[in-house]
Amino acid sequence: MDQILQHVINAMVLGSTYALLGIGLTIIFGIMRVVNFAHGELYTLGAYTAYGMVTLINLDFFSSILVAALIGMLIGALIEYVFLRRKDLKNIDEVMLIMIGIMIIMQNLELMIWGGVAKIIPTPFSQDPISMGAIAISPTRVFVFCISAVLLVIFYLGIERTRFGLAIRATFQDQDAARIVGVNVKRIYTVTFALGSAMAAVAGALLAPMFVATPLMGDLASLKAFAIVILGGLGSLGGAALGGFLLAFIEEFGASYISSAYRDAFGFLVIIVVMLFRPQGLFAAKERVG
Amino acid sequence: MAISKRYLASLLVGTLAATPVWAADPIKIGVSQPLTGAVAASGNYVTNGARIAAAEINEKGGLLGREVELIIEDNKSNPREAVNAAEKLILSDKVPVIMGAWSSTYTLATMPKLEEYGVPMVVETSSSSKITKAGNPWIFRIAPTSAMEAQAFAKKLDNFDPPIKKVDFLSVNNDWGLGASQEFEKMFKANGIEIGRKETVSPDTVDLSAQLSALKGTGSDTLIMTSGVEQLTLGIRQAADQRLSQRIVTTGGSFPEPLLESPGPKGYTSSHLLFFSPWTPESSVYPDIAGAFVDAWAEAGYSFPGLSEGFRGYDGIMTIAAAIENAGSTEPDAIREALWDVQVKGVNGDISFFKDGPEGKESGQNEPNVYVVQLKDGEVSAQ
Repeated sequence: MDQILQHVINAMVLGSTYALLGIGLTIIFGIMRVVNFAHGELYTLGAYTAYGMVTLINLDFFSSILVAALIGMLIGALIEYVFLRRKDLKNIDEVMLIMIGIMIIMQNLELMIWGGVAKIIPTPFSQDPISMGAIAISPTRVFVFCISAVLLVIFYLGIERTRFGLAIRATFQDQDAARIVGVNVKRIYTVTFALGSAMAAVAGALLAPMFVATPLMGDLASLKAFAIVILGGLGSLGGAALGGFLLAFIEEFGASYISSAYRDAFGFLVIIVVMLFRPQGLFAAKERVG
Repeated sequence: MAISKRYLASLLVGTLAATPVWAADPIKIGVSQPLTGAVAASGNYVTNGARIAAAEINEKGGLLGREVELIIEDNKSNPREAVNAAEKLILSDKVPVIMGAWSSTYTLATMPKLEEYGVPMVVETSSSSKITKAGNPWIFRIAPTSAMEAQAFAKKLDNFDPPIKKVDFLSVNNDWGLGASQEFEKMFKANGIEIGRKETVSPDTVDLSAQLSALKGTGSDTLIMTSGVEQLTLGIRQAADQRLSQRIVTTGGSFPEPLLESPGPKGYTSSHLLFFSPWTPESSVYPDIAGAFVDAWAEAGYSFPGLSEGFRGYDGIMTIAAAIENAGSTEPDAIREALWDVQVKGVNGDISFFKDGPEGKESGQNEPNVYVVQLKDGEVSAQ
């Protein structure tokens, strides 16, 4: 029983960060129809920003996460403004190629600046775990879970309860109709890309202190983000959040009760099954893409 | 204008005077290491060790009157890239000998290319027994096999108090990790020690919590962990996070260096099987060689704990240099023949090769020394 509880706690923490990653990717796709292959690199950018802030200019850990979010937002807005606004970009394939190009450039820049060796980001939290009977969890993980949960709630409220959120949802449903009623769709695009990128950067800044920061960390994160979004349904915000938790639980329990050798495979196995029986994803309505 | 020309001329003369004059083209030695990717830390340490060896050789007049030049290729912690790296070194750079490729998986992937093109490779790190048993006569391994490591560890079992009675395994899911857990399991069984649960982890995984939680209730007293620097660091930190009760012993010669600066909870102790203990160079077989290497490493500005793997690169290049010197030639065939007779005094100790693998197609295998160190609260002590 203790062991199951420990697994549940592990999966909740992991799931909350997966949800952040997934939501950032899915909102960009849902609104802009951009398959953002650079998502993992924005995650890495967040991790290294936090590392740079904490170790190089001695900023405190909490502010470094905020700076990572701002830098992620800025770079996201820049990518949208410089590369995705061109009028001749009509084709989803062209956009994909641009995003792959940006991914390669960003990854190599990270490698050039930080080198290939992993970096540990120091946190102000105690190294001693919090114990409850046989269950133990590090304070860093508790912090990561709380911040992720708060961010998810803020994001949800922002989309559902604010006027700007309404404009985003309207654009999501029908761009032309939104434009007719006076929504500035171009601005929605920039803000969406900036927000999605900021979510990825925060996920990176939060997760890196739990693990380590490396230039290639974005590859696995990208793969997971795509898995989560496909599981939840492309463009579905709630689906991405639930998909994140679902993937974390599948990985955690699959690894401990079936075989740890196939931990990453379990997630993809479930995705194959979902694609077979519900190709639009678990939580999205059917639609035709492309 | 006239001044700047004169200035340039004096600069040129100055540069020429500072560079030693070499008899002919440099002798190229290929190096294939994981400089990026999952095990980048180790690959960079080994490469730095190789650089120190090359600089030392050149300072002493080079080889056969020629300068030594390392051609370093990044195998990107990926077996496919390791094959590309070897092919580039052999076909494009025309190196007569290679040192590589860190992981057993990368080395095994590279081996058919060595046979195809007839180029010898000195294997500095890989420990899977498959490497020297495969019947590839171009392989010369200075690193210990997992079986040798397990046997060396068997002699140190009495040092553990309370004694080891039951062990679990957490191994990276590749030739190295699986091979090591097999060999250690055999050794433990032979010593009457019970085997508990065996968990694996894919090489690029950063969250090991599922595996560690599964190891919580096994009743074992020891966990044998085999992986690179990054995963050992993550594993030990996350095990402490979950209050895993087993003592952790790592194998394979990698040291979780980042734990020196950011140690886990107070009092948490881990043991590490190393092939060079830079904290105690005086306990090496040749303390003067080990000491000089430690000094050269510090002078180059490399991080101290990287020494525990960096020495592999140094010993590897020194072994290749001895073979080239003995062969009096830079032909791959001549270097291979000469490798059989080298007697090198390295940082780890004596390096020479005995025959291993199927008759007629034997690979060379060295019998290195093994050291155990203990890490507690960011401090290292010999055990």
